[in-house]
Amino acid sequence: MDLPHHGYRSTKQRSRGGPPSSDSVLFDDTSSTAPMNSQGYYTPGYSMGGPSADMQGGPGGNNLFTDPMANAAMMYGSSLANQGKDMVNKEISRFMSVNKLKYFFAVDTKYVMKKLMILMFPYTHQDWEVRYHRDSPLTPRQDVNAPDLYIPTMAFITYILLAGMALGIQKRFSPEVLGLCASTALVWIIIEVLVMLLSLYLLTVHSDLSTFDLVAYSGYKYVGMIFTVLCGLLFGSDGYYVALAWSSCALMFFIVRSLKMKIIPSTDSMGTGGAKPQFRLYITVATAVFQPIIIYWLTSHLVR
Amino acid sequence: MAFTLYSLIQAAILCVNAVAVLHEERFLSKIGWGVDQGVGGFGDEPGIKTQMMNLIRSVRTVMRVPLIGVNSICIVLLLLFG
Repeated sequence: MDLPHHGYRSTKQRSRGGPPSSDSVLFDDTSSTAPMNSQGYYTPGYSMGGPSADMQGGPGGNNLFTDPMANAAMMYGSSLANQGKDMVNKEISRFMSVNKLKYFFAVDTKYVMKKLMILMFPYTHQDWEVRYHRDSPLTPRQDVNAPDLYIPTMAFITYILLAGMALGIQKRFSPEVLGLCASTALVWIIIEVLVMLLSLYLLTVHSDLSTFDLVAYSGYKYVGMIFTVLCGLLFGSDGYYVALAWSSCALMFFIVRSLKMKIIPSTDSMGTGGAKPQFRLYITVATAVFQPIIIYWLTSHLVR
Repeated sequence: MAFTLYSLIQAAILCVNAVAVLHEERFLSKIGWGVDQGVGGFGDEPGIKTQMMNLIRSVRTVMRVPLIGVNSICIVLLLLFG
């Protein structure tokens, strides 16, 4: 199980290590909170590290500020950058709430490792409840059952790279094919999330599954796809079918157990559900059955 | 079946156009899906049909005006670039 995780581990270490020899004032130790400005808006902490990091850039380069013109120019440039950043923040937060998105990227290495183990072998995991803390769900750092968006994003990108490599091995590669593969996979995710949202709305299933939760759950199948394609490349067509069967069963089990907690009410609150219980079961089972079909559809052309 | 993002946009525009074209009194009332036949029970049992009717009505109300602009842009682009 080294190769599928190699992509995750290397990117995780790269972002953890940072550039250690450059400005030490900008990059503090990021294990608890992360004011790393270079990661963009999806930092795992909730602190506004931007303005303070900009101000602390001053003491780092002393010989720049003896010249007052350069000093003024730097102040002006940094204030302009702050204005631009605020404007972009405002525009983005009109479409999706950035705080909600930050919750999904608050992961650490231990969580990623455990989650990947559960995705590939979910049969020994006992407790599937998502734990809450005073009515708000716990971040993925503290609760292994919480959905996150880090694993699906990384798995998606790794899948695209792996598809390019597989096509290159078969001498069918060209740069357009890579873009086509990426947009096909993205469109299938969008279609699946839209169908799930539509069916949840039509059957008046009042669950607390937000759009990002659905994107997360439908992005977990890319981990299975990566495993399947790798086995197909290493062991030929037999390895491909064995890995396909294994990851399909594991993913179906995982999806059914995870969504059952959220869609089907386990307590006796049947009156406020508004939907017959068999519809909720149908939705869960249909989602689970859809996963192996998509895995086969998106990977069979890569492993001839 | 290789999807591009452009074909997804095309499919979405066609679907929304299809929903927006359903006429209220000539068609929807005839098959019992009109807006005046919707408000039934007040409990928490809306049912699939009520939800569908609400969805169609809200899509038509919201997307009428933006669809004019989007369709015009599409027509111009398709005429220019094929």
